[in-house]
Amino acid sequence: MNTADQYVKAIYLLQQMENGPASTGALADMMEVSPASANEMIGKLESRGLAEHEKYKGVTLTDDGIVRARDALQTYCIIERFLSNVLDVEEFRAEARELEPVIDGMIADRLDTIIDRNADCPDCFDPETDACKYLDVCGSEAETETEAAD
Amino acid sequence: MSVGYQVTSDHQLARLLQIGIVLEEVVEARAYHHHEELDEDTLDEEIRDLLSHAAEESADHRERLEAIIDRLDVDSVPFEEIEALVEAQYGQTKPEDFDGVLYDQLCNEETAYKFYDDVITAIEASDAQFTIDREELVETLAEIREEEADGVEEVTRIMEERE
Repeated sequence: MNTADQYVKAIYLLQQMENGPASTGALADMMEVSPASANEMIGKLESRGLAEHEKYKGVTLTDDGIVRARDALQTYCIIERFLSNVLDVEEFRAEARELEPVIDGMIADRLDTIIDRNADCPDCFDPETDACKYLDVCGSEAETETEAAD
Repeated sequence: MSVGYQVTSDHQLARLLQIGIVLEEVVEARAYHHHEELDEDTLDEEIRDLLSHAAEESADHRERLEAIIDRLDVDSVPFEEIEALVEAQYGQTKPEDFDGVLYDQLCNEETAYKFYDDVITAIEASDAQFTIDREELVETLAEIREEEADGVEEVTRIMEERE
């Protein structure tokens, strides 16, 4: 997933959590970069028609930006589910964040063929826990989505 | 891939190689099921040879990736578990669920090429020390990437000839 996709995904999640525009500071925190770097990327996203920035309010995704963000979030969900369900990784959230930049959407599509994902993906993603709601974030009990998917 | 992504540890490297193993296993399983399930009208000798070669090559790539993981300082998921999981998934797939065999094969080769290319770039961007010699590691992955590129060319040639 390229850097722009990681940013639109972060903005999308922040907009959900804040129920409004995403602040530059919160975006910088989520992306673990300086506010200046976040601002620079916001400018690039604006020039590509993916986001709009309003001074003192924050950044909001355009319709095109939302489509892109949902694709990126779906890719991220696939990575999390693949790590948790196939490779049995307990710390799947931390590892998904590490792997996200190198796993392209095309590769995620192939991984997706061997995992069961719910029809409501990526709406299944809970920004508060940074995980698909069907995955157990404690790593103790298996999820129940298989029945739901069937 | 995001600019500047780096592989910084044996653990991260092993995880990426495990993903490579799964991708190779998917290629092998799909080739096997195409071969087994589709009739002779759909699969002529040239396509049968292509699928058979794809399955053999994926098995070889998987073994080479496993050999690298074995030399890293990590715990690995036993390959049998991945094999069983992929087989369970494809064992239930009817032939009509697959897109055109050649198109599917092209996607397999292109995806694998892209994956190895991204991993090599991420290794080269990093100055981390791995348990395995970096030069040997990149050389092995570059060889595999080259074979995937040959695969893309071969499938493309057959597709063009049949247009």
